[in-house]
Amino acid sequence: MIPELGNFALILALGLALVQGTLPLVGAWRGDARLMAVARPVALGQALFVTVGFGVLVYAFVTNDFSVSYVAGNSNSRLPVQYRVCSVWGGHEGSVLLWIQILALWTVAVAAFSRSLPRELVARVIAVMGLVSVGFLCFLLFTSNPFARSLPAALDGRDLNPLLQDLGMIAHPPILYMGYVGFSVAFAFAIAALLGGRLDAAWARWTRPWTLLAWSFLTLGIFLGSAWAYYELGWGGWWFWDAVENASFMPWLVGTALIHSLSVTEKRDSFRNWTVLLAILAFSLSLLGTFLVRSGVLTSVHAFASDPTRGLYILGFLAVVIGGALALYAWRAPSVGLGGRFALFSRESLLLLNNVVLAAAAGTVLLGTLYPLALDALGLGKISVGPPYFDAVFVPLSIPLVLLTAVGPMLAWKQASARDVLRRLRPVVLGALAFALLALVALRASAATAVGIGAAAWLLIGTALEAAKRLRAHAAGTRWSRRIAATPLGWWGMIAAHAGLAVFVLGVTVVKSFETSADASLRIGESVALGDFRFAFEALERVEGPNYIAARGRFEVTRDGKVVATLHPEKRFYVVQKMPMTEAAVDRGALRDLYVSLSEATADGAWVVRVQHKPLMGWIWAGALLIAAGGAIAAADRRYRAAKRVPASVAIPVSIPLPN
Amino acid sequence: MRRFLLPLGIFFALVTLLGAGLRHDPGEIPSPLLGKPAPAFALPRLDQPEQNFGPEAMKGRVWLLNVWASWCASCRQEHPLLVDLAQRKVVPVIGLDYMDTKPEAEKWLAERGNPYQLSIQDAKGKVGIDYGVYGVPETFVIDKQGVVRFKLTGPVTQEALDKKLLPLIRELNRG
Repeated sequence: MIPELGNFALILALGLALVQGTLPLVGAWRGDARLMAVARPVALGQALFVTVGFGVLVYAFVTNDFSVSYVAGNSNSRLPVQYRVCSVWGGHEGSVLLWIQILALWTVAVAAFSRSLPRELVARVIAVMGLVSVGFLCFLLFTSNPFARSLPAALDGRDLNPLLQDLGMIAHPPILYMGYVGFSVAFAFAIAALLGGRLDAAWARWTRPWTLLAWSFLTLGIFLGSAWAYYELGWGGWWFWDAVENASFMPWLVGTALIHSLSVTEKRDSFRNWTVLLAILAFSLSLLGTFLVRSGVLTSVHAFASDPTRGLYILGFLAVVIGGALALYAWRAPSVGLGGRFALFSRESLLLLNNVVLAAAAGTVLLGTLYPLALDALGLGKISVGPPYFDAVFVPLSIPLVLLTAVGPMLAWKQASARDVLRRLRPVVLGALAFALLALVALRASAATAVGIGAAAWLLIGTALEAAKRLRAHAAGTRWSRRIAATPLGWWGMIAAHAGLAVFVLGVTVVKSFETSADASLRIGESVALGDFRFAFEALERVEGPNYIAARGRFEVTRDGKVVATLHPEKRFYVVQKMPMTEAAVDRGALRDLYVSLSEATADGAWVVRVQHKPLMGWIWAGALLIAAGGAIAAADRRYRAAKRVPASVAIPVSIPLPN
Repeated sequence: MRRFLLPLGIFFALVTLLGAGLRHDPGEIPSPLLGKPAPAFALPRLDQPEQNFGPEAMKGRVWLLNVWASWCASCRQEHPLLVDLAQRKVVPVIGLDYMDTKPEAEKWLAERGNPYQLSIQDAKGKVGIDYGVYGVPETFVIDKQGVVRFKLTGPVTQEALDKKLLPLIRELNRG
């Protein structure tokens, strides 16, 4: 009975989403205040029913209702309750419901924090989000109903995929979806602006905090997925250029371009056309990611059971949403114009260059992801594009990007002085060269490694000097705490994200260049050496988990005879899914990670063990977290909240003539 | 105006491509087994677990090895086609019940009809590894000499039957 209520709630939500997607649009078109006023309450109602539906599915999982096919397929009575809750998004149907739930949350947030915006804009934004919701609710109800019953009920469930039974996995999908779906807000603002013909600095200021927040979530989501792969897949890799990873990376790249382009539109009322296009593209790539994961078009470790019907539906939906948006863009953008002018050597130019590089990077990833598909569709055979392609095309693009990142903030808007910038760059160049040389001489690094270390130093020094200059610019005698507090959060967010990028680049370069590993077949009491470290296999015990049995090893790691870590890697066997799992043990340190994983037992009682030493591994994660924090800090800037209290008409909109 | 149409044009080229990809997939991903003898195995039969069955028993006949499981959603899609194929006695189909349990597998067959001459249980997925199975369902065409001639990844569709499987089976039966 309860699952049927959930189903019914989703049907009601669909009805309300239809209203939300149509009446406010008509109202905004005709200038009918009553129809526009429908937007907020209906959006709240839709969110309420979606939440009821989602809650019912959670309830079905927690109470082990195996008469629901989806529950039976993704859970088990022996599964601990926290994993039962996250089993909700462990399969296809529940992931789609999670998508809708998060869209509802973003819609409510927009409805709540848009009181001071023009009512036409709010009506259109909420309506566009309603239409997106209609598409996903139809997809859920007609092709992937999570509440479908299979009677008589299964005695027990088939259990959650053991790979997903992990704390990182509880958080990864919701956070990632917060990012994906969050771009729908920027998308809705873009469509509303194109419909209303009003696209100006005020519009950019309204869009910015939402985009920054979504981008921050997306960064965090990708980080969580990557960190999970690092310790859960058992061999210490953290990025595989897998199709599904690429699907999340492409919107991130375009989203990064978008937050920079928005800053130009807000500050200088320039780049208007381009910003709107980026807002459309960022969300389009999120949808494309969903298509790639759900349709089974691409084979990937993440792909759910392939189903052509679902793929066809999403493709149709994609064509309508993105095709419609781009058609609207083609129609309305010519009248929007580029906006303010700027000189060749200015911050605008550099941000344009940043946008071009980021868009090109996203393009190369898209090409690499879809190339196998294209060849296949043209009947030219099946190939696979792997890390060699991405390393070859992506790295050369990212180095100039890192270098530009340090220079951008040094340039003035509109017209910068080349002499001034060159003077300020001198210590940066010297510092980067010094670090690169140090790497070459002291670490005997390769040229590529030296370039990576030099680029990271360049960005870190450049960002630090920029921060110092800004703080020194305050009136003499001002206390430092005062100076820090008086500097806007938006600017601090930029400093944090740029510094994070530098830390990340340094971590990646050092790990890639200096990591070492050894495979050994060990019996208890034996040990293997790796550099200065010695890993001794001390003991092995049998452990019984709630839904698995495991062999747990104890490894003592010593350096010069002193114990530095004790590690407990496990080899688990999940009894319901009959799946073996490697649980690696990692000793994390500020300067290095030590990593031990048990591969398998050989016939004569020894274990194949893989030990790894990864210098500065933690810096990769720290850098990613700093980047995500930068986005969140910038989104919290007081300016965006202050702007909301000012009536929109005071924001001096530049009106745009409508075509015809 | 024209340059603003460019994104739309590129996008529709992409949609066409993805649409074509959908038609091609779930596709014939090349199997290293093609042209090679079907890997040997001896697995318990689903209906009579005390008896083992291996591919050598099918020597001299063209047959299909269909990998299925009761937990596999896409198998439901192809199942009616297989049942129909079995009723027309076109080709013997051997089922490889992949990483499944006996009660659930039997319930599944009882509910939906059993198109298989017999099914064998690969409860731990070991034989699946030998055959390079990486998604259920998959279907192998094996000829009279026990050589793998074709592999279909994903559900059997009417189109795949008409265009690929049936002509190939007819040809192999003639040879």
